[in-house]
Amino acid sequence: MTPPTLRRVLGGLLGIAVVALLILWIGPSTIARFRADLLYYTGQHLLLVACSMVAALITGLGAGIALSRPSVSKSAERFMQIFNVANTVPPMAVLAIALAFFGIGGTSAVFALWLAALLPIVRNTYQGLAGVDGALKEAARGLGMRPLQSLWQVELPNAWPVIMGGVRIALVINVGSAPLSFLIGANSLGNLIFPGIYLNDPSQMLLGAVATALLALVLDGLAAWLTLRLSRHQAPSERAVV
Amino acid sequence: MIELDKLSKVFGQKHGTKQTTAVDSVSLTVEEGEICVFLGPSGCGKTTTLKMINRLIEPSSGRVLINGDDTSQMDKVELRRSLGYVIQQIGLFPNMTIEENIVVVPRLLGWDAARMRERARELMAMVALEPKQYLSRYPRELSGGQQQRIGVIRALAADPPLLLMDEPFGAVDPVNRGTIQDEFFTMQRTLNKTVIMVSHDIDEAIKLGDKVAMFRDGKLIQFDHPDTILAHPKDDFIRAFVGADHTLKRLLLVHAGDAADDSPAVRPSTTVAAALEQMEEDDRRYLVISDESNHALGFVRRRDLRRIDPETPIEEFRADFVVTAGRDENLRVLLSRMYEYNTSWLPVLDEEGGFLGEVTQESIAGYLSSGRSRGQAPATNIHSPAEVG
Ligand SMILES: Nc1ncnc2c1ncn2[C@@H]1O[C@H](COP(=O)(O)OP(=O)(O)OP(=O)(O)O)[C@@H](O)[C@H]1O
Ligand SMILES: [Mg+2]
Repeated sequence: MTPPTLRRVLGGLLGIAVVALLILWIGPSTIARFRADLLYYTGQHLLLVACSMVAALITGLGAGIALSRPSVSKSAERFMQIFNVANTVPPMAVLAIALAFFGIGGTSAVFALWLAALLPIVRNTYQGLAGVDGALKEAARGLGMRPLQSLWQVELPNAWPVIMGGVRIALVINVGSAPLSFLIGANSLGNLIFPGIYLNDPSQMLLGAVATALLALVLDGLAAWLTLRLSRHQAPSERAVV
Repeated sequence: MIELDKLSKVFGQKHGTKQTTAVDSVSLTVEEGEICVFLGPSGCGKTTTLKMINRLIEPSSGRVLINGDDTSQMDKVELRRSLGYVIQQIGLFPNMTIEENIVVVPRLLGWDAARMRERARELMAMVALEPKQYLSRYPRELSGGQQQRIGVIRALAADPPLLLMDEPFGAVDPVNRGTIQDEFFTMQRTLNKTVIMVSHDIDEAIKLGDKVAMFRDGKLIQFDHPDTILAHPKDDFIRAFVGADHTLKRLLLVHAGDAADDSPAVRPSTTVAAALEQMEEDDRRYLVISDESNHALGFVRRRDLRRIDPETPIEEFRADFVVTAGRDENLRVLLSRMYEYNTSWLPVLDEEGGFLGEVTQESIAGYLSSGRSRGQAPATNIHSPAEVG
């Protein structure tokens, strides 16, 4: 067995062991009791994540790309500072603001999660693109690529690992913050966690929390895999940031 | 043919900041098939001038004409696709395979896949890289020298008549640089490309340049054949730039045919008496023997003719040449050969063995100090030392 395969097998075994331990800890009976709820709320949770992430990807990548264009390079840094300051506003505060605008329900939750996910995506897209070696951009221009061709064929592929780093941070923040949307009346795994706390049912709360954490891990793993697949050209050492 | 006409660039005009005149009214013409080297110290405007040709930088004033067409009238992107461009940092795209890198411009031009495939293989063969082995690799999986070669053939992919290169061999170590320069020179002569190359290495300019453009502070100071620059630097700045050993550097540029003297040759039937008399007259210790059609046969030494019957033809004392010089061999090679064989002279022969004269220490010194230079000699075909070994 080659070392990477060995590592993968070991990693897999470790993962299974951890999941088994968690199930033991929560108790198979709890899982059986909440089976239907667990499936339903996981689905709802994923729906919130999907809607807000798609919106964040579209707007975030768009804004990041726009900010990295040479024509706005002078004001881009100032914009980024605004984004960075906004990034320090805690998710709870964002939820409250969203509530004020959109009222109770899913729309507020998606808006708040979108905002939370937006910032890391914009920041990394901008920095990733700005960080592409100037020589590559000059070569692209000098060989006769139009600006969009250069962006698509040269800049984005080379900024990809950095951009995906931001997307993964956004994803984890997003999945992790989604349970809070229970507080503004949207369905998510928070619907297991918060009642668990209120009703003093630790196993129910734990079930929701563990499910959220596992979801975050799995989605992050997926994103990591996608990053790898789409950056074949990177040296193995550069790729090892999983 | 490419012509720069009073080309100027002033930076910092728009925002009222301090203005820099990076390029100041540069005019020059490069003929088809020639290599022109832009030479000068850092910051003298070489790169800016080069980039104004493919309009990566827009000129503040002046024109660039390619085969008589004003480039400012062309679409910028079309113009760049029609010119080859090699940047100093090589600039291969790390996200593309070598094959994808090579066919970037053909793809932009909309070639079909089969034609691009074939073109990539053809170009790889030109720089002696095995297509099967390298085409599917990524740039980081190639050595620096190999990357540099790919950078050059990428610029050649769509077969542009004019190639712009900004210090193309700067990133390679000195040993490999020589090889790549030779390879490039052969390729350039075979394909008959017009090349404008930026360099700050006088030796590179000597090796590759048909013309050298010397820049200082954005101005074109001298535009000549490299040997003329070495022999007649226009001012103290250029004299300092070409170095104290500039005469030695000329050895690479001057050919046997230039430095040969007009020594006479004698026929095989000449008598010993006549030969001795001629040697006495010219104060020589040997004479070259040639036949009626001036074909060199060998030579006689004075010491072999002493105390011999004066009426004997010298034919009997003819010795074969140990070493000879070809017309297009440079003086550096010849001097090396003279020291190697411990001889003070070499007969210079043309391709058919015809006798052209002799190269001696004196004739070399005479040529180098005569004020003549290759660039000023009546136009012969263009030579460069890169052709020799
Ligand atoms: N975009 C720019 N804005 C302002 N000044 C510039 C700009 N580009 C170049 N310059 C200035 O123009 C002058 C010429 O620069 P250029 O890059 O042409 O030099 P160079 O001869 O290529 O030097 P090197 O050998 O170091 O590459 C320099 O003084 C430089 O500072
Ligand atoms: Mg330069």
